[in-house]
Amino acid sequence: MKKGYDVVVIGGGIVGCATAFELAKRGVKDILLIEKRFLTAGATGRCGAGIRQQWGSELNASIALESTNILENLEEYTGYPHSVELHQGGYLLVAYTDKEWDQFQKNLEVQHRLGIDSYALTPEEMKKKVPYLNLDGVKGGTFNQKDGHANPFHCTQAYAYGARKMGVDIETFCEATGFRMKNGAIAGVETTKGYIEAKTVINCANTRAPELAKMVGEDIPVISERHQALVTEPVAPLIDCMVMAFSRSYYVQQTPHGSFVMGIGPKETPSHNFKSSWQFLEHNCAVMCEALPILRNLRVVRQWAGQYDMSPDANPVIDEAAECKNFYSVCGFSGHGFMVSPRVAIMVANYLTGQEDTLDIHRFSKKRFETGELLLEPAVV
Amino acid sequence: MADKVIICRCEDITREMILQCIEDGYQTIDEIKRVTRAGMGPCQGRTCRLLIAQELSRAYHVPMEEVLMSTFRPPTKPISMGALADAWLENHEGEEAVSGQAVAPKPEEGGAAE
Ligand SMILES: Cc1cc2nc3c(=O)[nH]c(=O)nc-3n(C[C@H](O)[C@H](O)[C@H](O)COP(=O)(O)OP(=O)(O)OC[C@H]3O[C@@H](n4cnc5c(N)ncnc54)[C@H](O)[C@@H]3O)c2cc1C
Repeated sequence: MKKGYDVVVIGGGIVGCATAFELAKRGVKDILLIEKRFLTAGATGRCGAGIRQQWGSELNASIALESTNILENLEEYTGYPHSVELHQGGYLLVAYTDKEWDQFQKNLEVQHRLGIDSYALTPEEMKKKVPYLNLDGVKGGTFNQKDGHANPFHCTQAYAYGARKMGVDIETFCEATGFRMKNGAIAGVETTKGYIEAKTVINCANTRAPELAKMVGEDIPVISERHQALVTEPVAPLIDCMVMAFSRSYYVQQTPHGSFVMGIGPKETPSHNFKSSWQFLEHNCAVMCEALPILRNLRVVRQWAGQYDMSPDANPVIDEAAECKNFYSVCGFSGHGFMVSPRVAIMVANYLTGQEDTLDIHRFSKKRFETGELLLEPAVV
Repeated sequence: MADKVIICRCEDITREMILQCIEDGYQTIDEIKRVTRAGMGPCQGRTCRLLIAQELSRAYHVPMEEVLMSTFRPPTKPISMGALADAWLENHEGEEAVSGQAVAPKPEEGGAAE
């Protein structure tokens, strides 16, 4: 680690690592990424790692589509010598109410406009795809083969690997604790490993991003909400696709390793709570065994908790601090940051290096909460 | 010969793979667990995390006590989803097992065991 850098990225999750990578790829030479624990210690290492293009807004669908295209070749893209274990077994989205079913038809129209190959299924057709699905209350579903999941540890390591190769310094167990400013602009970062000069800071600290931004006088309307997940013992392949329902708020997938990863999403009071609860364990199993009774036979081996960084419209907030030039925050991914991070990182890097982009980064500014130009998304958990 | 030693029996991870991780620059049990799956099987690392800690201690010249332990995550023993589902239904008679409409459990106060 040197005394100073052009760019300091805070946060070693997928967003920070992808952003550092994309900046280096655009020729930015002098980059440091700091992480208070180790890479993937935050939400990225705790996530369901699902990727889907079946969104209801054109913005999200197109970002997810372009992100998937990158994930499809992430090893080559970053030079990473391991597989990132992308599996495109599709997502089966299940509608349990008429309202939801109507919304699905509208979502399909949006997706088709972008060339996404999703389609509607009757309950009987759904049963063919997932024979174990309990059809009680099911109105119908939609499916897209290109959806799936990837290994979040390896995806993050892939970006970090590629970034290091291009000269990015990565310092783990290094926590940002404060900032120094000069003439209304960022001058450096105080860390647990000493002071580092910085011409630009990119705050990718997820649920901790608001409190860091606050240190330079910036309020970001993003809160931290606990979400839990669990994993079962591995078994022979039973289900190839992710099964997910918004109205019953569950998702479940079988990983290439054979284990099932799943979670449910009751709303909780904001907190940085990282503890697992037995209430979740039992409730999750009740919800999931109702939807897929075959799961009754599987044994849970591990559960964990992580945080969603929730913004008011469940979409990211990307902004420069009003009172501190060159201090940027990239957060508020609201539970779907993994699958959009490849494209979001490109947008941020393009913006910071003055390159053109088909996406307008200003749409993600927090100003939208005042002007009402919200990034509304009907298809979120 | 020594390198064919199995360190994590549940996931079939050899000492060689652990040493490779250390050579690749990984410094903690948690990182090695995440990239190799060592300690993610049914026994949840009861044996292998100490063995991995030993390797880290040796490689980085730090005493065993200073090697960061990974978090022990519940449940302590594998338990069937059916049994857990029944436990929920017993405590929530007449309620539907739907999570969207569910009342949020009170967050266990304090928390933040990050
Ligand atoms: C249970 C669960 C399931 C999910 N499922 C999915 C899914 O299926 N699909 C999907 O797309 N998304 C999913 N998500 C959301 C996804 O995990 C996140 O949106 C994404 O990982 C955010 O990445 P990030 O890099 O912003 O955050 P993180 O991975 O949290 O990275 C931020 C990093 O910053 C570090 N940090 C914090 N403060 C400081 C500081 N002061 N100094 C230095 N470092 C600091 C943290 O240690 C952390 O490593 C899920 C999340 C959870 C919790």
